This record gives sequence, C-alpha cells and structure tokens, in this order.
Amino acid sequence: MVMGSLREETQIVVIGSGPGGYVAALRLADLGKEVLLVEKRERPGGTCLLEGCIPSKTLIHAVEVKEAARQAEQFGLTFKGVEFDPAKLRAWTDEVVGGLSDGIKGLLKRRDVTVIQGHARFESSTSLSIEGGEVSGIDFEQAIIATGSSLNRLPEGIISSVWSSADALRLPRIPESLLVVGGGYIGLEMGLVYQGLGSETSVVEFFPRLLMGADFDLVDIMVGQVSKRLHEIMLDSKVKSIAETGGDAANGFDVEIETGGQVVTKHYDQVLVAIGRRPNTDDIGLEKTKIATDDKGFILTDESCRTGESNIFAIGDAATGPMLAHKATREGKVAAEAIYGGEVAFDNRAIPAVVFTDPEIAWTGLTEREAEEQGIKVNIGRFPLSALGRARTLGRTDGLVKIIADPAGGLVLGVGIVGPMASELIAEGTLAVEMGATLEDIMVTIHPHPTLSEAIMEAAEVAAGEAIHVNPPRKVR
Amino acid sequence: MFEFKLPDLGEGIAEGEILKWYAEEGGRIEEDEPLMDVETDKAAVTIPSPRGGKIAALKGKVGDIINVGDVVVVIDDGSAAAATVEETVAEKTFAQPDAPAPEPVPEAVAPAAMPGVRRPVPAAPATRRLARELKIDINLVTPSGPGGRVMPEDVHRFADRGTADPVAAAVDTAEHVPAKQVRDDTAFAEFAAHASATIPFLELEPMPDFSNDGPVEIEALRSIRRKVARKMVTSMSLIPHVAHMDEADVTDLDKFRIREKERRTGGAGGRLTLLAFVIKAITAGLKAAPAFNASLDPFREEIIYKKYYNIGFAADTGRGLVVPVVKGTNNKSIIQIADDIYEKATLARDGKLPPDDMRGGTFTITNVGPLGGTALLPTINYPEVAILGMGKVQEKPVVRNGEIVIRKILPLTLAFDHRIADGADAARFVAELVRQLSDPSLLLMET
Repeated sequence: MVMGSLREETQIVVIGSGPGGYVAALRLADLGKEVLLVEKRERPGGTCLLEGCIPSKTLIHAVEVKEAARQAEQFGLTFKGVEFDPAKLRAWTDEVVGGLSDGIKGLLKRRDVTVIQGHARFESSTSLSIEGGEVSGIDFEQAIIATGSSLNRLPEGIISSVWSSADALRLPRIPESLLVVGGGYIGLEMGLVYQGLGSETSVVEFFPRLLMGADFDLVDIMVGQVSKRLHEIMLDSKVKSIAETGGDAANGFDVEIETGGQVVTKHYDQVLVAIGRRPNTDDIGLEKTKIATDDKGFILTDESCRTGESNIFAIGDAATGPMLAHKATREGKVAAEAIYGGEVAFDNRAIPAVVFTDPEIAWTGLTEREAEEQGIKVNIGRFPLSALGRARTLGRTDGLVKIIADPAGGLVLGVGIVGPMASELIAEGTLAVEMGATLEDIMVTIHPHPTLSEAIMEAAEVAAGEAIHVNPPRKVR
Repeated sequence: MFEFKLPDLGEGIAEGEILKWYAEEGGRIEEDEPLMDVETDKAAVTIPSPRGGKIAALKGKVGDIINVGDVVVVIDDGSAAAATVEETVAEKTFAQPDAPAPEPVPEAVAPAAMPGVRRPVPAAPATRRLARELKIDINLVTPSGPGGRVMPEDVHRFADRGTADPVAAAVDTAEHVPAKQVRDDTAFAEFAAHASATIPFLELEPMPDFSNDGPVEIEALRSIRRKVARKMVTSMSLIPHVAHMDEADVTDLDKFRIREKERRTGGAGGRLTLLAFVIKAITAGLKAAPAFNASLDPFREEIIYKKYYNIGFAADTGRGLVVPVVKGTNNKSIIQIADDIYEKATLARDGKLPPDDMRGGTFTITNVGPLGGTALLPTINYPEVAILGMGKVQEKPVVRNGEIVIRKILPLTLAFDHRIADGADAARFVAELVRQLSDPSLLLMET
C-alpha cells in the first residue's frame, strides 16, 4: 500500500471532533451507523476543549480562588504569601485539557468510531479528499460538517508579537502590564485572568459599553466589581497603532489610543487583541457542492441542520447561529438523529449565553433589550442578591436575577442573571423557557434554602407582584 | 419599491387562487388599474393596483394559491427600498477602517436573530417531538396550557380531530397538505394508507390514465367547485342522512300566488314564487319542531338549538352552486321573503353576493323543480341538520272525496340528520308542511 493513496468508504463521515462533531459521531454509532471522524488536529475536542472554554475556565477558576482568598479578609480569614506558580498552573491546565481529550478518544474507541487525521475537503457531494494523513480520500453516503471556527487573522499592520486569546491561554508569561483590545466576553475573561495572575490590566473598547451583547443592568453590576480590579477601562476608544517599543517586543509596546477626544500613547508590557472568530468554511471544498453560506461564511441549514445537499448536514460554529459549544452539541444530536431518520428539529426556544467574568453574567431566551427593540410587551421581575440570605453568607451580594415574562399569561420568556454562579443558575431559567413554564410554575417549585437558586423564585414572585422579600412595587397609574 | 400584500378579502377568507394577471413583470401599471383576479372559496374579485409604477416582480403564477398577507407584487414606485437602506447603515456602523476590529460578542447573535429560525411556540420539548412524530405543525395546535403552552393532550386532540372521521381526516389533510402534494407515488401511498387504515375495505388507487381510452379534457378543481366537494364529503361522512318524502297539493296555493303576483307586478311581491311560501311554511314548522333548526357538535356532544330562522336556498348561478340565506324569516312577511329571494338570487348570479349573505343559515331548501324531477335526495348543508328538496309541480290525477280530480302536486323530500331526529319527527314535520301548503289560509296565520 502506497502512503497517501488509501481511500475509505463509509456510511457517514463527520468532519471535526469538537463538541458538535464528536457528539454527533457517538450518537450515530449508538444508532448503529458506521461512522468515520476526520480531525485536523492531533487531539479530539476542538476549539472549546483545546483552546477555548475548558482551558480558560481552568485559569479563571484558579484566579477566582485567589480572589476569594482576598475577599475572605472581610470575615477574618487572611492568607499570607498567596502566589501563582505559572509553570504549575500551565501543567494543571494541560492536565485538565489532556484528560478530557483522552476521555473523548476513549468514548470514540469504545463505540468503534474510526478517527482519521487530516484536513478534509469535499470533492463532490459524496466524496472527500484528505490532506496530511494516511488516508487520501473518503467516499460517504452522508456527512456532517462540524469544522468549527478559527480566530480572525490579525488586522493588517498589527505585529505578530501581539497576543491572540489562544496565545494568552498558553500562559507564555505574566506581563507587568497588559492592554486588552476588545471589551467583549473573551477580552474580559482573559483580562481578569491576567489581572488575577498579577498583571496590571487595562481594557480598551470601541463601543461605549463593555459586553455590548448583554442587557445593560446586568453588565453595570459586573462592571462595578470588575472596574475595582482593572487598572483602566477606556470606552468609546480606538486603537490607532501598536508598535514594539524600540523595535523589540521584549521592551513592551507603545499603543496609540484615541480616547476622550484626544490621541494618547501609552506603554504596555503586552497587548492582547481579542478579535473574534470566523467559520472554517472557506477551505473545505464547499464549491464542489451545492452547499450555500451566508455573506460571513456560515453554512445555511434547515431546522434539522441539513444543508443545500440533502445528504450533508452542518452544525456548530460552521453553521449559522451563535458560536457556542452547547448549541453545537445540541445540533450534533439533531443532525445524527435526522440522518437516522428520526422526526427531529433544532427547535429550541432558548440558547443560554454565559460570560465567566467575576461576577458571572448569564442570560437565556428573550433579553430585555430584544423585547424593547422588537416592541414586545413584557413584565420584568428583578430580585437583587443583597436581599438573599445565601448571598450574604457568601459575602457576595453583587448580583441580580431578572425574569422577563409575558404580561398576559405569565409565560417565562427570558431570564438574566449577574452574580456568583450565574452560569449554573441559568440552567433553571433555560428549562423554564424551553418548557414554556409560567411564573407560577417557578414560584410554586420549592427551591432549597439557603441557596442562590432562591433568587430565581423570588424574581418570579416580583414579576407576578407577589414578592415576600422585597418591598412591594409602587403602583403606577 | 412598494411591496403589495394580498389584503384581507373579508370574513374568514385566508387564501385565494390567482386567476389572472392584468400586468406583467417589467410593465407599467397605474394606480387603481386592475392588477389581478383572485378567486376565493366565496367569490372572484378583481384587485386594483394600490400604486402606480413599474412592476418589479409578480410573486405567483396563475393557478397559485396565495395567502392573505403574502406579498403578491412588488411595484417600483420610485420610493427607496427601506430594507436596503437599513443594511447600508448597519454596515457603515461596523466597518471602521483604522481600528482593530472590535471583538464581536457571539452571544449577541441571539437565536431570535438567526436567519430563517423563528422561536417555536411554548411547549415542552417532548411535546414538540410528539407533534413532529404525528406529522402535526405544532403552530396550528390550539394551546390549553397556562400562558399559552401547548400540552401533549392538545397535540393528541388535534391529531384525533383529524382521524375521528376518516373522510374528514382526508378532507382535513387535503386542506393542509393539498392534494397537490399527493403527486408522486410515495405521497399517494402515504395518503391512501392513512385513509384506509381508518376505513375498512377502503381501497384508494391513483386515477387511471383515461386518455388511453379516448380523448379527455382536464380542468383543475378549484374555487366554488372545490368548496362544494369539501362540504358534501364532510356532510355525507359526518351525518347519517334519512329521507322522508311526501306530496303537497298546491292547487289552491298556486291559484292564490298567481293572483297575488299579477296584482303586485312591478311592486313589492311582484316576484312572488312558490319558494317564498315554502320558506314561510318551513319557518312555522321549525318553530314547532326545533330539532330541525339545530346543529350537533360531535366533539362536545352537544345539540345547539337555534332561536333564529335563517333559511338558505340553493341557487344555480352558472359559476357554481351558491346558497344565499334569507335571514330572520320568522319576522318577515311572505312578500318580504319573496323580494329577498329575488334580490339575493340576482346578486348571486352576478357573483356579487356579499359573503355575509351566504352564511348563518339554519335550514336549506333546494328547489330543482323548475328544471324537472319527481323525487330527489338532497345532501344536508353541514353543519345544519335538515334540507328540504322540492321537485317539479305537476298536474296529476288524484282522488278527492271518492272522485278522480286533477290537482297540482308538489313532491317534497326532507333529508334530515338521524342523530338528532327520528322518522316520526320528520313525518310530523312534513305532514304539517303539506297541510300548510295545501291551504293558503293557514299560511296567512303565519304572516
């Protein structure tokens, strides 16, 4: 056998082993299908596991423990000499990521899913060429595109010594000072990590607010806390240029920033540019098929994730919709079951969004801003964590739960949370929206005391005008 | 650019068929010039163009069914394209040349903003799957849950409604999945399997190709014809029909009618017909026998007795069968009824009868007599429960007081719903009708 000339034949090929692709492959295997999984990287897991959600949350947790130790002073617990060992933290992150990746490998192996390494491109609607591995091509009956997304290339004129978020996750070093360009969720999460690790961190944002996508009242509470830890937050500001000081990145960077109506030049040890992501659909041979994309390159699909080719499906970041791992996972199951012939559709009413700042922000379903923009009449119940027993015991009253409901029938349309554990608490809100629960359903459900989850029940009571633990709302006539 | 949506065409009309375009793409049209003919279940209407300008696009071909609210035509009237302007503005806002691209917040792309994805109706995921498995569009199911949530029972009820009566199911399916979709063998097999699964011995087969046996001409089943088809299949499959027949001696009545008509020619009552007298007599009969002026709700298991008397009469219009309704016949004189009949029949013939004059009937009369026929078996106008068929009035030898005499005889058939009335009820009802029509002086008591 000549290397590079082997062709495989299979019922189904899944391209990409991220949280969408590997889940689809496992589901198909469980449904008795023959599945090949093609992965470009050496390890399965995709962006989420290898250079996204998992490593970033590992680092964020480490920093939060340190931050909690600092806050523990208020109840008389002091730590001396709390410091990070960057090498050990790096190793720990690798261990977490490696362990999970090995776990996926094991799951695939036990389901007899063959993994082929290489870069897959469509040759036709039933065949793929594979570059960079032993197998040169695959003939398939059905395919799932789960190729995910990549970081946008750095804009012209920005030097390569500037970090991307993927660079920053590898903890190359802890700079004395760090400028984060971009006040979206990745910029804020990474900025807070480096602040916690000891960098004096500043954020510059083009828009007048941080986290432009989220409801303002949630963001304001988060910013109130975060601004205590960040050196400087420059809003409505533009980076005009970034230059290595003295032509050597070892000296740091001189950054020209247009802010407050003037251009200032500031010096930072390191600059991190969080520049967004684009779908990996430009180099997979789509032109050999009838698969259509939108103007940003996202593959257009129907509600069962089917593309313009009826035997090819697309899921996750490569397809339209928010670029979120949990959306990819659900779509992976939908596509797998659609291939199996089940009556299935991605018909979810809510896709939760989570930002791991400190405090965390999470929302699901309809947001207050969407309701305003779309002219939907809503009834909003807000409950501050300062009125909650458990929040007091934690010393964390910096938070709010709000429930957005239909004024007519009390149907829960959306939930927004800022506060500790918001990322966990949002699950109940998502279930409520998904199930079509009403305020009453949440109010009647017994929530354990004393926990943060009670805030959701309390917010529902506020929305229904039956709150026990806040002052009654003033009646507006 | 002006997008013209099919306007609301009146009560309960949700769709129409494009009969004719008066304009073509690329051509010009003036405001108020005829744009298109649309035929609905009730009538054909000509829709004028709401704007003048160049026809940028016609959104449908002759024969297409369009829904109220669908864009039917795009007229370039010189106004700016609103959507295009918005897009341009958005692009300008985000395309900032010399700044590093601000990091987009992926979460901002909320599901609601996903192209082509609408937020589904509130229902538990398991309920939504149930609907898909039953091939039901959950958006059509009436919710009973709190806050408008669709419950599993709602889906089952919706499904059962389709299959409670198999033919009704077929009709229902035909409404939502028009026979148009039963074009290939697979779709036909599915349709046939569904129908025969519920009716023993039913064997649906595709129509043979009749043109093998001789020349044929094919006409699409549309509009009024299709509406009649649905109505009759529904009636015959839901209602156990029973017919009761009798004859009325209308010799004296006819003499009276002709005399009165001649006396009133050119004025009120100048069009006095036998039908007007029958309507009055029927109204009297319905008051005495309310079962024949009722409806039966098989889903709630209720009989609804109507305390108003709206009598429909079948009219052959040349465009198809139309049933104008004479309303409040208990409060109208025979002369008023006769004038109503004439007015509505004329409007119906011209295709100008307003939809409101075709609804709300409580009892129907079909009078094919003038065209001939000694006996007929009419089909009840669902959801009514009885219909009276009038045959041809003929002079016949009959025995009166032991002697053979020549009298004018009107054959009558009452078809009624055996679920809510029995043969004895019908016999009494028709006997009273016969008695009234035989003696005009009795009818006078009703006016």
